[in-house]
Amino acid sequence: MIEKKEVQHIANLARLRLSEEEEEAMTQHLGQMITYINKLKELDTTGVPPTVHAVEMPNVWREDTPCSGLSSSEVFQNSPAMQDNFFTVPKVVK
Amino acid sequence: MSIPEYSAVKLKELLETKQISALEIARALLDRIKKHDAEVKSFLYIDEDLLLKEAQASDQRRSQGKVRGILEGIPVALKDNICTKGQRTTCASQILPRFFPPYNAHVVEKIQASGGSILGKTNMDEFAMGSSCENSSFFNTHNPWNLNCIPGGSSGGSAAAVTAGFTPLALGSDTGGSVRQPAGLCGVFGLKPTYGRVSRFGLIAYGSSLDQIGTFSRSARDAALLLEVIAGRDQRDSTSVDQPVSSYQEKLLSSLKGKKIGLPQEYFENLDEEMKASIMAAVEVFRSLGVEVEEVSLPHTQYAVAAYYIIATAEASANLARYDGIHYGYRAEINAQNTKVEDLQEIYHESRAQGFGNEVKRRILLGTYALSSGYYDAYYVKALQVRTLIKRDIEKALEKFDVLLTPTSPVSAFPLGEKIEDPLSMYLCDIYTVTFNLSGNPALSVPCGHDKKDLPVGFQLVGKLFKEEEILAFAHQYEKETLVNTLAPIKKA
Amino acid sequence: MTEFEIIMGLEVHVQLLTSTKMFCSCSTTFGSPPNSQVCSICLGLPGTLPVVNKKAVELALKVAHALNCQVAEVTKFDRKNYFYPDLPKGYQISQFDQPILHSGHIMIPTPKEDKKIRITRAHMEEDAGKMIHQEGTPYSFIDLNRVGTPLLEIVSAPDIESPDEAYSYLKELKAILEYLEISDCNMQEGSLRCDVNLSIRPKGQKTMGTRTEIKNLNSFNFVRLAASYEAERQKQVVLRGGKIEQGTYLWDENEQKTKLMRSKEDAHDYRYFPEPDLGSFLISKDLQEKIHSQLPELPRIRSKRMQEEYKISEKDCAFLIEQKVVADYFEACLKKFSEPQELLNWMKGQVRTYLNEHDLAMVDFPIPPKNFIELLELLQKKTINRNAAKEIFEQMAKTGKRAKEFSQQKQKITDENELRQICQEVIKAVPQIAEDCRTNPKAMNALVGQLMKRSKGRADVDIARRIFGELIGE
Ligand SMILES: [Mg+2]
Ligand SMILES: [Zn+2]
Repeated sequence: MIEKKEVQHIANLARLRLSEEEEEAMTQHLGQMITYINKLKELDTTGVPPTVHAVEMPNVWREDTPCSGLSSSEVFQNSPAMQDNFFTVPKVVK
Repeated sequence: MSIPEYSAVKLKELLETKQISALEIARALLDRIKKHDAEVKSFLYIDEDLLLKEAQASDQRRSQGKVRGILEGIPVALKDNICTKGQRTTCASQILPRFFPPYNAHVVEKIQASGGSILGKTNMDEFAMGSSCENSSFFNTHNPWNLNCIPGGSSGGSAAAVTAGFTPLALGSDTGGSVRQPAGLCGVFGLKPTYGRVSRFGLIAYGSSLDQIGTFSRSARDAALLLEVIAGRDQRDSTSVDQPVSSYQEKLLSSLKGKKIGLPQEYFENLDEEMKASIMAAVEVFRSLGVEVEEVSLPHTQYAVAAYYIIATAEASANLARYDGIHYGYRAEINAQNTKVEDLQEIYHESRAQGFGNEVKRRILLGTYALSSGYYDAYYVKALQVRTLIKRDIEKALEKFDVLLTPTSPVSAFPLGEKIEDPLSMYLCDIYTVTFNLSGNPALSVPCGHDKKDLPVGFQLVGKLFKEEEILAFAHQYEKETLVNTLAPIKKA
Repeated sequence: MTEFEIIMGLEVHVQLLTSTKMFCSCSTTFGSPPNSQVCSICLGLPGTLPVVNKKAVELALKVAHALNCQVAEVTKFDRKNYFYPDLPKGYQISQFDQPILHSGHIMIPTPKEDKKIRITRAHMEEDAGKMIHQEGTPYSFIDLNRVGTPLLEIVSAPDIESPDEAYSYLKELKAILEYLEISDCNMQEGSLRCDVNLSIRPKGQKTMGTRTEIKNLNSFNFVRLAASYEAERQKQVVLRGGKIEQGTYLWDENEQKTKLMRSKEDAHDYRYFPEPDLGSFLISKDLQEKIHSQLPELPRIRSKRMQEEYKISEKDCAFLIEQKVVADYFEACLKKFSEPQELLNWMKGQVRTYLNEHDLAMVDFPIPPKNFIELLELLQKKTINRNAAKEIFEQMAKTGKRAKEFSQQKQKITDENELRQICQEVIKAVPQIAEDCRTNPKAMNALVGQLMKRSKGRADVDIARRIFGELIGE
């Protein structure tokens, strides 16, 4: 139901390196799942509106009033890499 | 009876009449946890000092007549996907090994404001993805009724902790049945409120349009008590609904005479005979209380699991994109070839590959697939349309009936490891619960006895939107008639 | 030789003028220390949720009329998924299939006549953070202060047929956005950025050519340069018998050329889907009318009115209108001052020079209209001469004081006796020049120059000339 090549493409979109064994296993599991979800194709849903929210609450918004955010120590408390109040990553060359 | 056996409501009464103190409650629960949690393994983290300090503070407030609210002195355990300020929150994942949120979840604020305290953080399937608690990256949790069996999931730790008498109350989250299914498998009460009834602020997201925080307790009254505390609109969650919060405890005894239960026939079609017998016995109890029972059809039931897995995983694929090793969480230093991770793309791939477990990866991939170019309409949009059909089925049925009654789970607790290699059969554990996440209706798993293996069996009550008081009243009056034991002996088979 | 025509569509991102971000209450002030305007929500911490800023929605609605757009009855947000370090959640909250505005147009001036450029849609979204790539370090630095700033993305139809038209379109759009106070459109601070989609085709061909995209242009001039370059590049490819490859380009300022950033194969798959954390928005007629009723006058309409009311040229109006604050200042002065042309000359002259010299924007111009009029009135009543007025202008700008405080000492000398005395001193000092005047009338100018020097510019020149004439003639 799904080719290994496609699993590789999806894994790349999701930024998930898969080992070769994982690729095999995922291809099989996803194949099973896709077969299962293809069940939905039996149903004619022409003209049926989609439901995103089970309970609709339209027009929820807030006023444009500023609040102070996190302190610098809180911003970087959980961060794996920082320098001089910046988050850092290996240089991205454009 | 001893402290761990009492319900929250009973403990409240003992506290109010000064027969016990909050400190005694905390100590007694900690004792029991120390004695038995090495076997059950329901907790990931307990801050003992903090708990004892809070208990003392509660006792002081009470002695000064400054009781905060209806949970004064009562501890609540939290699933570890509910954020606690300054306290490690992991989602049972290696990608959040040392995450200390700078905020409390809305429910934590509510519990504290009503005098309750946080007992500790419970084990779960990683990112709430699983039905057995075997997807925790730390360890497995065991079912206190039979330690060889799974407790259900994904809120398995919370279910097991309540069942084992480690805490009278616990919170979990329910995206496809993750409160009700483990409650069913552990034989306690598990309530998933209406979508939007309880704020999700501070709940680490899995499937945002389905996620809802729910309660575990050993009585329906305790569920009502805890729901009263946590329900209500919160401005920080745009999907939390502005609906008045009822005094759930007061409505527990509203008469059931003349009320109507609908039995969705699709939920009983392939059901195990023994389980069916237990549930039909429960139905008889309701009849004896003057309730009318009739069959009803929810014709799109068979499509619910497929629609659920598309919607939940699609949302999850985006919700979990933030765990990329850049701003917080795990960043891989060494790659699979044992060399240093050097560029940005490698950080993404390696951090996520090393940080996420198998089931999480599987669901991220499925969700990414369902949203990807060329498949979006065929899968994602289709699933949302099916969601509409399912929702209409239920709305229609609930025009005629006050509540629906179904089994909670197709099977009772199974041995650890039995389904772990077969994801699809694991997914089908949620077959009776996912529907009501898709539709948003409140649903409650009620314990109704044990099967031949002495494992708990539960049934599910489904109510109209925001009518939690109704299903709680049905459950409470059933409970009074049957007196099912909800406290497990904690034993090996 | 084959003639080609250019087809362009522009995507303009403007930061909306709100005090707080699109989905959290962090401040949007520009230029704060790195990562000092960040909260749990815009940092994308687990468990946090977005809440929509009402002001951002209102600003988007405010622009509807000016862009002649239809307003969606129901609008919603969607997630756009991609990984980049300036995007902490791994997705951007944007709008996909139900943008708040659609089907509009604006008119732009062209050498021949005004031309209609259609606007396909305008949608709200959150800005990303900033990446800083510095020489001499192995790292890129990330500042999340900008993350979550509300943006309106305005997408034009492919109606733009030359780099110059693109330039006019941007200018017109900017004027509208500034006028309505939707955005400050400050390009140095990145409040307005532009992506260009461009294709070419042989004249007369009906089908569209393959288009390329040039991203992240942050000046109107770069848009014009990049579009010209890219059109020429495409033309050369086609003339050489090659095929245009779809791709995304960046403008390299140093090399003055477009550079391929990613090809079609690497194109993103954004996997848009409805944002489950936010409900939809029903835009009522009442809300639309309320916002419509508060709209200020639009630039084109204002220009027409000003031309008639003050009898000034279209070109001068264009100067005033280009920035709303300038036009506002102009009209504020004219409430109490009756010489539009005189005021205009000052605005185009002294005021503009002052702002340029001090690198200031009009909003920071230190002389309030009330004080400025006082100065002009002194000049109008001939209490001071033009030179003195210019000096007082500088002093006022410098000190913030009012014209009167300087005018005393700058008052013109009109007293005949006093002037006669100074004139005599001048003739005494430069007898040769005075002598020259008898044969060469132009030499008089030199005498007047000397006179101004001695009187520190206060002498009434007309009277002085008469006196010189008398003295020399004697
Ligand atoms: Mg955009
Ligand atoms: Zn923020």
